[in-house]
Amino acid sequence: MRFSYFEHDADVGVIGRGDTVEQAFQAAAQAVFAIMTNLDSVQPRDEMLIEFEEADPEFALVIWINLLLGKARESGMVFNDFHLQRNGQQWRARIKGEKWHDGLERGVEVKGATFTMLAVRQEKGIWIAQCVVDV
Amino acid sequence: MKLERLKQLQPCLWTLPGVPAERRAEVLLYGTAELLKTMDDKVLEQIANVARLPGLVGAAMTMPDAHWGYGFPIGGVAAFDAEQDGVISAGGVGFDISCGIRCLRSNMRVQEAAPRFAVLADALYKAIPAGVGEEGHIKMNHPQLDQVLRGGAQWAVRQGYGSAADLEYVEEQGCVSGAAPENVSELAKSRQRGEMGTLGSGNHYLEVQVVDRIFDAVSADAFGLFEGQLIISIHCGSRGLGHQIGTDYLVMLAKAASRLGINLPDRELACAPIKSPEGQRYIGAMNAAINCALANRQILAHLTRETFNSVYPGIQLETLFDVSHNTCKKETHEIRNERRQLYVHRKGATRALGPGHPMIPERYRAAGQPVIVGGSMGTGSYILAGSAGNPAFASASHGAGRAMSRRQALKQWDGRALIHDLAQQGILIRTRSLRGVAEEAPAAYKDVDQVAEATEVAGLARRVAFLRPQVCIKG
Repeated sequence: MRFSYFEHDADVGVIGRGDTVEQAFQAAAQAVFAIMTNLDSVQPRDEMLIEFEEADPEFALVIWINLLLGKARESGMVFNDFHLQRNGQQWRARIKGEKWHDGLERGVEVKGATFTMLAVRQEKGIWIAQCVVDV
Repeated sequence: MKLERLKQLQPCLWTLPGVPAERRAEVLLYGTAELLKTMDDKVLEQIANVARLPGLVGAAMTMPDAHWGYGFPIGGVAAFDAEQDGVISAGGVGFDISCGIRCLRSNMRVQEAAPRFAVLADALYKAIPAGVGEEGHIKMNHPQLDQVLRGGAQWAVRQGYGSAADLEYVEEQGCVSGAAPENVSELAKSRQRGEMGTLGSGNHYLEVQVVDRIFDAVSADAFGLFEGQLIISIHCGSRGLGHQIGTDYLVMLAKAASRLGINLPDRELACAPIKSPEGQRYIGAMNAAINCALANRQILAHLTRETFNSVYPGIQLETLFDVSHNTCKKETHEIRNERRQLYVHRKGATRALGPGHPMIPERYRAAGQPVIVGGSMGTGSYILAGSAGNPAFASASHGAGRAMSRRQALKQWDGRALIHDLAQQGILIRTRSLRGVAEEAPAAYKDVDQVAEATEVAGLARRVAFLRPQVCIKG
């Protein structure tokens, strides 16, 4: 599994891993949405494009997760499929998911990504993207 | 938390002895040794970081229910003076801006109501949108939302949700000044389009409780409380709009702090001088979110009344009080015989004005402001009253405070089994999220009795009544 969690008293720490920083961000996004529902049950019916600009990779992780959460709530959707591309400080993503419906398991709502335990780094060739998310 | 690092000043007051090189203000921690031992060391680290922020007045403090948060600890209190380059911190307010509790008192005794609790639980579950992915029945466009952000609970009353009598018992009569909807992003407003009148998720709830024990008969009488009485507590905040404002301004204020030469010991303390354009922008947006939360709880109170009346025709539900616990408010405090305007951050802490304060509704003024400490769904909650001479900028605890992480709780408990166990104890749970129930297991929280007692011993607020849960709609 490319994502995992770490302990935090009131909230949840998410960790995404990948061969590239983009893959690590994608995995971190999966970790976030897996708190809200069982991602295997989500059908990637609808697609959305999002983009943002940020030079600092750690700020970019927070912006990425928060933008996904904002778009999900705005559209009433839950996402489970993320394709992110970085070109310098430009980040563009194609994300897929579907509208909430009764067939989807209800987990816990994630309010936003925080700077707590925030890190984007490379360890032994693997990119790691982590932070605490507020639930 | 390792108590060896602390010095005990009073039975429920501790300090972190200073190191001159750290150049920080005093750190004060309220609570018993037992409560402090359950806290993560990160609580101490976080409040020590708060003590390094510019313009802090007095000490950086934690309440007896403190736990590890982001930036500020949950249960953190800190006051800043704008005239001394004091700061406003998004991390000192939190993402769920103006999260708080609306408490309604009924004229019904539990014995009369109990036979229909199952019907009530089902009706509330149907009427109150709760949990991740649930939308409310009210859909709003941006101009309408701007009216909410300016008008708060007063706007909700004008729309027919509740009555003007409610507003007297809501902080700031239901509407804070200084809200600037223009400082709120389009995405934040879009997130809120379908979320007015929703409970949310996580630790949010609507609970039907019974007054189980009265500690202070005089104050209880002033608050209209009697043993065996049904009480309703609604715990929620500013929903998606507040969350988005929190996230929008977190990065903006972190960058502003760096540009303005504020050396942050933790980026999560993202802040800007109160008088800076960035600080003023955040304050305007935060006040808009406070009004959003006040309107949201007003709508939920109205939906609750409608539902109760469908199950118990003729029942009266009056607002006892509505108090937020994630805010920064401009307040006047007396510091060494001098009255000063301060920006008091309370992140997971309740304002607790003492007896006689002019902002307390006249009916309660002699007793002190009602302070609502929400416990877990299996143990209970407290209503306290602000103490005279409160030493923490008129602040007190806000809940039981977590003693265990959500991940640990999830490993230890099964939601379905927990609902069954609670039903055996006479507590009915209705939820869309079994995971949420497991994460909110009663034993994942500190002992609320200890928190309330420590709050009283510390001189923050006095216990008035203990409320035992009967029905809980979990977000």
